[in-house]
Amino acid sequence: MAQKIPSSEITPEHIYLSRRKFMTGAGALAATAAILGVAGCNTSPTAPAASGSNTAQSGAPAKSQPEAPAAVQPQTDELGDPLNTFEAITNYNNYYEFTTTKEDVAAMAQGFTTSPWQVEVGGLVNNPKTFGMEELLRFEQEERIYRLRCVEAWSMVIPWVGFPLRKLLEEVDPKSDAKFVRFETVFRPEEMPGQRSPWYTWPYVEGLRMDEAMHDLTLMATGLYGKDLLPQSGAPLRLVVPWKYGFKSIKSIVKIDLVDKIPVSLWMAAAPNEYGFFANVNPAVSHPRWSQATERRIGEFGRRATLPFNGYANEVAHLYDGMDLSVFF
Amino acid sequence: MATRKNGISPLMVALHVGAFVPLLWTVWDFWQGNMALAINPFQEVTFRTGKAALILLLLSLAVTPVNSVFGWRQVIPMRKWLGLYAFMYGLLHFAIFIVDNGLVGGGISAVALYEATFKKRFALVGFAALMILLPLAVTSNKWAMRQLKKNWKRLHRLVYLAGVLVIVHFIWLVKSDVREPLIYGAVLTVLLALRVPAVRKSIRNLRSRRKNPRTIAVDGA
Repeated sequence: MAQKIPSSEITPEHIYLSRRKFMTGAGALAATAAILGVAGCNTSPTAPAASGSNTAQSGAPAKSQPEAPAAVQPQTDELGDPLNTFEAITNYNNYYEFTTTKEDVAAMAQGFTTSPWQVEVGGLVNNPKTFGMEELLRFEQEERIYRLRCVEAWSMVIPWVGFPLRKLLEEVDPKSDAKFVRFETVFRPEEMPGQRSPWYTWPYVEGLRMDEAMHDLTLMATGLYGKDLLPQSGAPLRLVVPWKYGFKSIKSIVKIDLVDKIPVSLWMAAAPNEYGFFANVNPAVSHPRWSQATERRIGEFGRRATLPFNGYANEVAHLYDGMDLSVFF
Repeated sequence: MATRKNGISPLMVALHVGAFVPLLWTVWDFWQGNMALAINPFQEVTFRTGKAALILLLLSLAVTPVNSVFGWRQVIPMRKWLGLYAFMYGLLHFAIFIVDNGLVGGGISAVALYEATFKKRFALVGFAALMILLPLAVTSNKWAMRQLKKNWKRLHRLVYLAGVLVIVHFIWLVKSDVREPLIYGAVLTVLLALRVPAVRKSIRNLRSRRKNPRTIAVDGA
């Protein structure tokens, strides 16, 4: 009995996620879960998750409830590694628009205006369109548990919420000469003091090749742990490309252009010898200043070996067939 | 060299207490649930001990000019201890870096250790700086001074090289914004420039023209 309250207080997200997984697994119940979610939460469109979480917290005992047997086990990625905590994910951030100090980003980003928010999608497309955030949230929001491997050789496991970028691109109908997708972060130096730094060419820019952008793993994230993204995580909309180093996963996106030439990202411009366009996670290709062979999984004592393509080689390695990855790093 | 007798001055008390502030501060922050320490403790402690070592090393290098240029002799006995504490933090910094990089998959990885220490230029120059400070720390006592005679000063001038290597180590470590290491580099440059006889003399002349000529020609490495 005494366990119930602490466990739901400490890891409400786990309970929620396990519960949701169970329901999804149950097939018929999945629809019910979605309905419950929408009905239970009017605060925001991503909130089915939050509503599920609330249900778990207020009512469901973690261990004895028969509907939620999975709650006993911690949630993991497909390799069996546990999720990082919400606290770690939202308090250890690389977001140079706010500050270069990872543990200070959360405080600096508080109050960042994420609503209203619009994303202008154009360039080489047949139906250029500016999407309001509420329109983007109408795409079915899925949960994706991905490993995030930072180029600085640390990593986390994060339960994102979002939709495949492909769905958005299909709406604007890319022209046949569109070869790359170029993303741009909002430029708002009054709210993002880091953008006044002369060391980088603001705003932040990132890019993907068309086939990478259309890949099912490539996610436009709107939330994590079943909640809306917080500003420090790139609210309200960010890219997540799990087989590439974290800096490719551009945050707080306001502009997406389809283009025919390789976009020059902020990091390519800042240090072309250190950061390439592809930036695929690759233990065999060292960063000029440190090895990429191992990584520190946040929350673990020792390091672990870094996996090629961050463990997604089966899904994405074929995209780079015939390419010398030490040249196209 | 040091003219002061063995009495403990308030300055020395401040030095010995101050030298442990970075360590105690880290323990305090950890206890207070500091995010960086809670989430990536190895890296954060590596950063903190490295910064402490750098600042202490610069302070130790400030002692000689403070005396020779400004004639404040009370600081002379601090030089040895500032250097020793800098070495202590440097050693701690290296030890934590080794634990951070050497433990892979539950065991000690020789390959990872080798890569971490020798394969990356920033780590290599840091390691070199520490290796230079090692004999200086070992010989920072009266007995070694007597044994080495004139060579002692020659040996201890290697600290200038260690200082430069530490700044290079810092510059090569940061991503793009090199402002912070360059600030420390500028401080080091000033401290080294004040040792150039011409610079030292011209500043001393300036001072003595304004005040009474009471500067004492104390030489120092």
